[in-house]
Amino acid sequence: MYAYDKYDQAMVDARVAEFRDQTRRRIEGSLSEEKFRPLRLQNGLYLQLHAYMLRVAVPYGTLSSAQMHVLGDIADKYDRGYGHFTTRQNIQYNWIKLDETPDILAELAKVEMHAIQTSGNCIRNISSDQYAGASPEELIDPRPYAELMRQWSSFHPEFLALPRKFKICVIASETDRAAMRLHDIGIRIVKNDAGEIGASFYVGGGMGRTPFIAPLLNAFVPLDQLITYAEAALRVYNRYGRRDNKYKARIKILVHELGLEEYKRQVEEEFAHLQSQDIEPPLAELERIKAHFADPAFEAGLSDDLDLSNPGFARWVRANTAPHKVPGYAIATISLKPAGGIPGDASADQIREMAALAKAYSLDELRVTHAQNIVLPHVKKADLFALWQRLDAAGLATANLDAITDIIACPGLDYCSLANARSIPLAQKISSRFTDNGKEEALGELKLKISGCINACGHHHAGHIGILGVDRKGVENYQLLLGGSEGADTSLGQITGPGFSEDGVVDAIDRVTDLYLNQREEGERFLDTYRRLGMAPFKEVIYG
Amino acid sequence: MKIITGNDLKSGAVTWWDGKGWSLHVNDAVAVEADAAAIIAEEEATRRVTGAYTVDAEQGADGIRPAHIKERIRALGPTVRLDLSLDPSATPDRVL
Repeated sequence: MYAYDKYDQAMVDARVAEFRDQTRRRIEGSLSEEKFRPLRLQNGLYLQLHAYMLRVAVPYGTLSSAQMHVLGDIADKYDRGYGHFTTRQNIQYNWIKLDETPDILAELAKVEMHAIQTSGNCIRNISSDQYAGASPEELIDPRPYAELMRQWSSFHPEFLALPRKFKICVIASETDRAAMRLHDIGIRIVKNDAGEIGASFYVGGGMGRTPFIAPLLNAFVPLDQLITYAEAALRVYNRYGRRDNKYKARIKILVHELGLEEYKRQVEEEFAHLQSQDIEPPLAELERIKAHFADPAFEAGLSDDLDLSNPGFARWVRANTAPHKVPGYAIATISLKPAGGIPGDASADQIREMAALAKAYSLDELRVTHAQNIVLPHVKKADLFALWQRLDAAGLATANLDAITDIIACPGLDYCSLANARSIPLAQKISSRFTDNGKEEALGELKLKISGCINACGHHHAGHIGILGVDRKGVENYQLLLGGSEGADTSLGQITGPGFSEDGVVDAIDRVTDLYLNQREEGERFLDTYRRLGMAPFKEVIYG
Repeated sequence: MKIITGNDLKSGAVTWWDGKGWSLHVNDAVAVEADAAAIIAEEEATRRVTGAYTVDAEQGADGIRPAHIKERIRALGPTVRLDLSLDPSATPDRVL
């Protein structure tokens, strides 16, 4: 994985020193809150419902075991013993003190981490496929290009005050595990008919109050023009994005209002201009980055045989592991969704245990997924049973990847100052209901996502079943959506009708899933049955 | 009645104006009237609090409780981790 050079380290160290001085001046009184607020936000420090919240960037979700260990130590030393992994492949701490934040940032900098650009109207953490570098189906490893974009977008002077925040995703597989088309720019690395590798650019996707699936802007941009093309797309947005209305300021609104063809015409014009400016990073820099992502030392000739005589282990292998590109290895996902638990939360001890497991069994690497789980990308199949036993001992062996209990949920009204309703208790109730009634395994793949407000941090638009919490005159109310998807078959969920109380929406989901079990045809997922039958029969069982 | 809340500048903890200073306990909050804006301005200037504002509240059987659910959760802690709240013996029903 990538290792900082002296320039990366110097930039991060300088930012820690700068923020230490800004914090001192705020506490001493020479900086007002009005002036300090944008400075702390540029360093990922929010003031949330109960305390300061620090969001730490995990570039394209990739962590070393040493980095993960420090994340656990920070949870213990500076927070209340836990951290929350987010839908942006980052980690948040909920109980941070302002006067201790510079020390936290200094500890992060020692392991090449930071909280820069995890807030504000800038290019945020670049996201990617959590199976990158391990999946047998990927064309190439997308992470060198994600890292190149991280470097290009970090402190980019032209893009630090965009009309609104900006999210970029880079993947290189047909299977989309990163909700690529729900980003401001989604990039899929592809091969054209001539056998050349390039990038398809999808622009103007997003969730929030006005969800859009990103349309294809350019099917093939040569990889040696990747940054130049991205710069052109951003420049047009920066020039014409709506700064007068924050609800219309995202690039999806610009693309929608201009029309894709006109936006594309302007991007191509800007692209032609920028090509004459020679802004693309030198090939040597890309090659330097690529060298960091060379395959780790996989052992050759390993067996793919597995002893699945233990039923619990067999179920976990079936649910939580995926094929690896190297024979004898597997990709293992650690679910952070125990029955009745808080999605994405992990204790300091669990975080450190996952770090230790990565060191022992996954060639020192972990990934954070946008579904709020952790991946060990390179596990020898011969080690899977020992890994499962240690996960089980740590309360981390829940076998429910992509099941109805593998719920994405935003922090909601329990933690977030923007939320209108609580998300976590609802996730806990659904998780408990479908664990206790035994339907979870029978339902198979069923992605359920909960947001506590229209900002959609819980990706409710993209859930096979989505739930949106709203405030009805001071009382929490939950709207139900069906038919969303974030995968290669991206679609937006449709609202079923009037909303429900917390218990009412759990009952409604029970009825919806009963209908699916009764009506499904061979091999159909919940989403497939919904698409075949349409909304009407589901509405009928929900509202009678 | 209206009460004033904010966050402690250094710790970020939720605090309530008790007439003389800032308390972590909502039950210590005192009602304010037209003097709220002046209190907020003076207290923010001394940096004893940040982001202060008034909220509607009521005196109930359990003490003072903000009228809106968001402020009640601020006052009493996340309903899903009451072990981290000022009163770990509380139940979600009591918070809400």
